[in-house]
Amino acid sequence: MKVPFKGAIDCDLHPAMPSASALLPYLDDYWRDQLVNRHIDKYSFVLTSYPPGSPLSARPDWRQASGAPAGDLDAIRSQALDPFGSRIAICNVLHGAIALFNDDMAAALCSAVNDWTAHELLDREPRLRASILVPAHDPALAVHELERLADDHRFVQVLLFAMGDALLGRRTYWPIYAAAEKQGLAIAIHAGSTYRHAPTASGWPAHRVEDYVAQSTAFESQLLSFLAEGVFQKFPALKLVLSESGVTWLPTLLWRTNKTWRGVRPEVPWIDRPPAEILREHVRLTLQPLDVPDGRTLARTLEHIGTDRMLLFSTDYPHWHFDGEDVLPDGLSDEALRKLMIDNPLETFPRLREGAAMSDNRGKKQEAVR
Amino acid sequence: MNVPLRHTPASAALAVVDCDIHPAYRSPKDLYPFLPARWQEHMSTFGEHLRQGLSGQLAWPRMMAAGMRVDSFPEQGPPGSDLALMRSQHLDANGVEYGMLMQLSRGGMEERNLEFAAALSRAVNDWQLAAFVEPEPRLRAGIVVPQEDAAFAVTEIERRAADPRFSQILISPRSSDPLGHRRYWPIYEAAQRCNRPIALHVQGFSGGHASTASGWPTYYMQEHYAASSGMQNTLMSLVFEGVFEHFPKLKVVLIEGGFAWAPALCWRMDKHWERMRKEVPHLTRPPSEYVREHCWFTTQPIEEPETPAHLADIIGWIGWDRLMFSTDYPHWDFDDPQHVFKFTLTDEQKRKVFRDNAKALYGLQ
Amino acid sequence: MTQQKTRQVVAKASDVAPGTSTVVTVKGRDIGIFNIGGEYFALANRCPHAGGPLCQGRIVALVQSDGPGTYRLARHQEFLRCPWHGWEFDIRTGQSWCDPSSTRARQFAIAVEPGAQLVKGPYVAETFAVSVEEDYLVIDLAG
Repeated sequence: MKVPFKGAIDCDLHPAMPSASALLPYLDDYWRDQLVNRHIDKYSFVLTSYPPGSPLSARPDWRQASGAPAGDLDAIRSQALDPFGSRIAICNVLHGAIALFNDDMAAALCSAVNDWTAHELLDREPRLRASILVPAHDPALAVHELERLADDHRFVQVLLFAMGDALLGRRTYWPIYAAAEKQGLAIAIHAGSTYRHAPTASGWPAHRVEDYVAQSTAFESQLLSFLAEGVFQKFPALKLVLSESGVTWLPTLLWRTNKTWRGVRPEVPWIDRPPAEILREHVRLTLQPLDVPDGRTLARTLEHIGTDRMLLFSTDYPHWHFDGEDVLPDGLSDEALRKLMIDNPLETFPRLREGAAMSDNRGKKQEAVR
Repeated sequence: MNVPLRHTPASAALAVVDCDIHPAYRSPKDLYPFLPARWQEHMSTFGEHLRQGLSGQLAWPRMMAAGMRVDSFPEQGPPGSDLALMRSQHLDANGVEYGMLMQLSRGGMEERNLEFAAALSRAVNDWQLAAFVEPEPRLRAGIVVPQEDAAFAVTEIERRAADPRFSQILISPRSSDPLGHRRYWPIYEAAQRCNRPIALHVQGFSGGHASTASGWPTYYMQEHYAASSGMQNTLMSLVFEGVFEHFPKLKVVLIEGGFAWAPALCWRMDKHWERMRKEVPHLTRPPSEYVREHCWFTTQPIEEPETPAHLADIIGWIGWDRLMFSTDYPHWDFDDPQHVFKFTLTDEQKRKVFRDNAKALYGLQ
Repeated sequence: MTQQKTRQVVAKASDVAPGTSTVVTVKGRDIGIFNIGGEYFALANRCPHAGGPLCQGRIVALVQSDGPGTYRLARHQEFLRCPWHGWEFDIRTGQSWCDPSSTRARQFAIAVEPGAQLVKGPYVAETFAVSVEEDYLVIDLAG
């Protein structure tokens, strides 16, 4: 169904990544020299996870005659912001710098992408916010980048990827979470792989659709890692946003971790209450794609999840998960929609609350889109 | 306040088919009578060659008693090695009419030396009959084969095919390539031709890949969960590579990998297949239809939602005819048939899950 | 029902040394008797989770933590881990550690009685040899 009122917060939007030439002005002279002389700037930083021509990567009516989908601000406004009446949208620029093995180069490019995002997107469109792209495989460099941008409160979260070098709950990554918690930034884990390991436990699938479907199991593994390693005990204010995950795998994980915990508790004794409780408090999931066949099944699944606090509205524009303006699943009440589209995102991202009122019109319809 | 549980005598309870029982050797030398001398010597000199840093135990040690029920240790030998105790403690006590053996150890599924793997496979199949199935007619063996050597696996399957005491074919879901890969297809062809299901039982040892897409877990709590995500990956591969399309009569049993994830995975596969159909034109139907027609799931370790009736939703979506009861005796996360479901089943549902689905699948009288 | 009819002698106090347990059968029920530092506790030998023989589990300490990567033991030999799924029960109260509000092992009141008082009861004389020097463990099946 269509969005019934204005003011939504879109928690996952993908402006096209900047070209290498667009990034050069944001690099220092050494990295400019490297990119140009090594011809790095002549090749793309497209991620294997998102082949540009793939149907999943862009909806046909969101593709343009020239240039990448979501490649200019006018397209983003007219296709992603206006039709859904969104008040705020969080940009996740999926740039392949994060897949490089040279962490210094990755860090330099991530910085350039973040600066480009601030100038070319955030400065020009007040509805936009963004994630900080970081070279996660080197936590010290990641923290450095996070802290460099921390004072710009239009950056609301740190962007990590579902399939990387090591499970993200491990202690080596904790400096990132310490810095994020201190700065009031959420941690986003977004679908996508740096392919440091095979995308499945039994190796390398043949097809892209399999790699994509396998992302849900990667999200499960990451959640178990955060839970078992005690990240939420160490960083009690941290919020984890699972972006583009599919959602409906969640209840099984809540049930299973609760049950397993009762038998393995002495191994991980810092887990001091049922895992499902911990996860409901700390974890959020963006809406699209929503892997469910119909409204009735969705209603049962939401019941299984056991709380209405976890879902965050998103379009995942320009990835193709719905047609027309039917971004919302059928069957959700106005109250549920208000939580999904406004209250849950405000609760999840502390920086969005600054200078912005929480939805103060509970029970009242806001202005209709049409 | 909980109600004290009363044990119903086995005779009054429904007779069950237990789709997951683990026999064990009293000692590794139990296999020697079935191993040629050359391989006996190899075993004692070099041992198994597996993909793990430790050779004497698992690199994620299990919880109490190395992952066994504390009450399942016989006087001599490890849990599962004493048929008399298995009978009294489990087969008799729980009214087990048929038990499907899952011999995981030293069967060659994870052995890196494929010649040795072949010898082990042959030996473990002989051993199952001699040590358990011949003395105990309620038990059925599985044809254990090393999936990485498809040619040998086919010969071993054909060798056992005429023996009805072998009910299915055991391969590892933690294979070196995803199991939908064409190099495993001769195994499926043989399975279909010999009319045996493929049994995918969760494995402790890697086939060469980390148990998650981001490497190795730290804690056993995570590794235990990885069994279910790994099983999902395997099922996805069988679907998307077209194994079910190509082998219309193939049946697959997913054992000890959980089952509550299955509906959501089917919805996810369907949704994204719809978008990506041009990549996989060999699939003529939605993924969920293939799963519905070709797959069975065992119950243990059963999920325990906070609201028990939620599990009924899950089973309804999977289909009450696709779930088969299992205990995983003698492992620690054993499910007792009398207490496994925390919500009330209809008589028909009980008959199906505890007995009739397995009898139909395995052709048991 | 009088107090006496639900009370059963089940073992000698000296049968159950501190830090140990034994399982007895009383009127068709299996009951585990535990000695924690000279105090006796009795639990039904049936785990409320899934019916496992609870009292055959290990007697352990409680593992606690001050944060990820830290571990310490407390309340040594006061906890019971179910031999099946490893659920932890406080022997003193029967309460499940992970699920205290909804799961509790069935407890029975247990007392140590000097031998001399018991010679009079009809059940005692039939079941156990009585000696005035010995202390006996008496279980009350009313719980």
